[in-house]
Amino acid sequence: MSAKVELCGVTKRFGAFEAVSEVSLEIAAGEFLTLLGPSGCGKTTLLRLIAGFEQPTSGTIWLGGVEVTHLPPYRRPVNQVFQSYALFPHLSVWENVAFGLRMQRVPAAEVTDRVRQALELVSLAGFDARRPQELSGGQKQRVALARALVCRPQVLLLDEPLSALDAKLRQAMQLELKRLQRQVGITFVYVTHDQEEALTMSDRIAIVNRGRIEQFGSPHEIYHRPATAFAADFIGQANLLDTRLIAADGSGARVRLAGGLELVLRAAAWPAGVETALVSIRPEKVHVSKSKSRAQSTFAEGETNMFEARIEEEVFKGATDHLILATVAGTRLSAVVANESALGEIFHAGDRVFCGLHADDLVVLRVN
Amino acid sequence: MSRLIFPFLAMPASPSTRLRLSSGLRVSRFLLGSWTALVLAFLYLPVLVLVAYSFNASRLNVLWEGFTFGWYRSVWENAPLLQAARNSLVIAGVTTVLSVVLGTAGGWLLHRYRFRMAGGIETLTAIPMVMPEILMGISLLVLFATAGVPLGFTTVVIGHVTFSFPFVLVAVRARLRGLDPALEEAALDLGATPLQAFWLVIVPCLRPAIVAGALMAFTLSWDELIVTFFTASAASATLPIRVFGMAKVGLNPMLNALSAIFVVVTVAFVAFSAYLKRLAR
Repeated sequence: MSAKVELCGVTKRFGAFEAVSEVSLEIAAGEFLTLLGPSGCGKTTLLRLIAGFEQPTSGTIWLGGVEVTHLPPYRRPVNQVFQSYALFPHLSVWENVAFGLRMQRVPAAEVTDRVRQALELVSLAGFDARRPQELSGGQKQRVALARALVCRPQVLLLDEPLSALDAKLRQAMQLELKRLQRQVGITFVYVTHDQEEALTMSDRIAIVNRGRIEQFGSPHEIYHRPATAFAADFIGQANLLDTRLIAADGSGARVRLAGGLELVLRAAAWPAGVETALVSIRPEKVHVSKSKSRAQSTFAEGETNMFEARIEEEVFKGATDHLILATVAGTRLSAVVANESALGEIFHAGDRVFCGLHADDLVVLRVN
Repeated sequence: MSRLIFPFLAMPASPSTRLRLSSGLRVSRFLLGSWTALVLAFLYLPVLVLVAYSFNASRLNVLWEGFTFGWYRSVWENAPLLQAARNSLVIAGVTTVLSVVLGTAGGWLLHRYRFRMAGGIETLTAIPMVMPEILMGISLLVLFATAGVPLGFTTVVIGHVTFSFPFVLVAVRARLRGLDPALEEAALDLGATPLQAFWLVIVPCLRPAIVAGALMAFTLSWDELIVTFFTASAASATLPIRVFGMAKVGLNPMLNALSAIFVVVTVAFVAFSAYLKRLAR
């Protein structure tokens, strides 16, 4: 049922503005893919190109191996859940869900069956006769989902469908969407600017910035191995530091971070023939302790960078402690410490601490 | 309560000042009420008098000589008047249908599609709403005469549609501006062709605007005199034309009866549209 989606060198211009630039993307059949980026980055345009609401200026679009570049939306085996839901206000819930089947001239008995199943799937059985105006935001959202899924599309497109819901409902719907996607096995292409949503639901994430794909990978890859400064900064928090190569041999590359701190990272991680680069360090990967052995203990010997620092600022956030560290060498770093136990270490501004940082947790970023 | 809201009342106020204030309030309330009554009387008293005199047995409007249904009977027996009423109904009906079709299609076109001169075209369609009718009447007469089109039902309907359909268009445009643009896309996405999307989703959403526009078009056409005067033939003369002709000869109590019928029909019409509006809500 589900199909893969391929975009080959797709460019979309609106007048002089290039919304999408030379994007090539292959979305596997049955996967949950998220297009993640700030507003105006081109992610919605990408979705509209797949839906058929926009035609690319150049490039081709394929669904399940069939070219659909110039097919109108009503001829594509694709359905969309709109940000505003776009439920038909003059039709009941039942008629809204039946609309797509009516357009396909599905026999009446089958329409009845499939609409009932679709409403059950989104736990809205018994809401048949309601008008969209009589539903809550979450219920409208479910009707919009049922209306799209009942058509059994090969790909389901979702345009920020949770943005109008309150925070608690949003979290519940994230898990439910993921469950639904596994259950129906349809390829989902999901657009959002919310990194948490993307990490929670996606099999893979494409980070979109200025009409281009900055990075494409699993939530793990994107989080732990961001490719660009934009990707590192957009998802989670990151220390982004200008770094210069000092020496390199077979075992490792010695680098100096902005400020003066010298660390070692794997030789293979440093791009060949480059003197300076931007390095990303996630705050929670800096292991902080007042005892040297504890700061080191989680890592295998020889792969860990050890350095001393003074705590400049400390913010207690309950589950975590947020620290601003001034290393003895002169580099400033932010670090996050998990408060695993009430008996754990307590940090104060001014404390001297030892820090451990694994060589693999220094990520060298690509320069665009 | 008032002490909290109006601190000046909390000042040592003698009972007399308070009395003056509340009596002032009473006076202003009385004045406002009288004014409202006066305005309503100005609007509706002539109509009521007219309806009352339509039952007057006297040929003169000034004296009451007893109750009669006679004038209604003479309206009913006046063949040319009935013919004119039928003409008016047919013309207003056809005008309404054509105005709804043109106004709705035009409104959608201007809303949905971007093309050169769209703004200019919109202004041009709006102008007949404010253009002096005498000007439109003369220009249409000249046009039909030059083109060799004989005057009749067709020419009257063309004249009426010209100034009626912009009202439908304006109502439809206003409604479209408030409509979620994703509705049409959702319909297309679910497999509807652009025509199906328009017919099955957009038109039902526009229904209140279309009904309002249609009522407007019907009323405009029903009591239009000047444009009709220039574009009608003797056979296609409408009720306003016939009444105008009769009034020139002299006021006839029959006209009172006819007007009373108009009043009843109009009130029914307004009540019906109010009912539709409530239904739409």
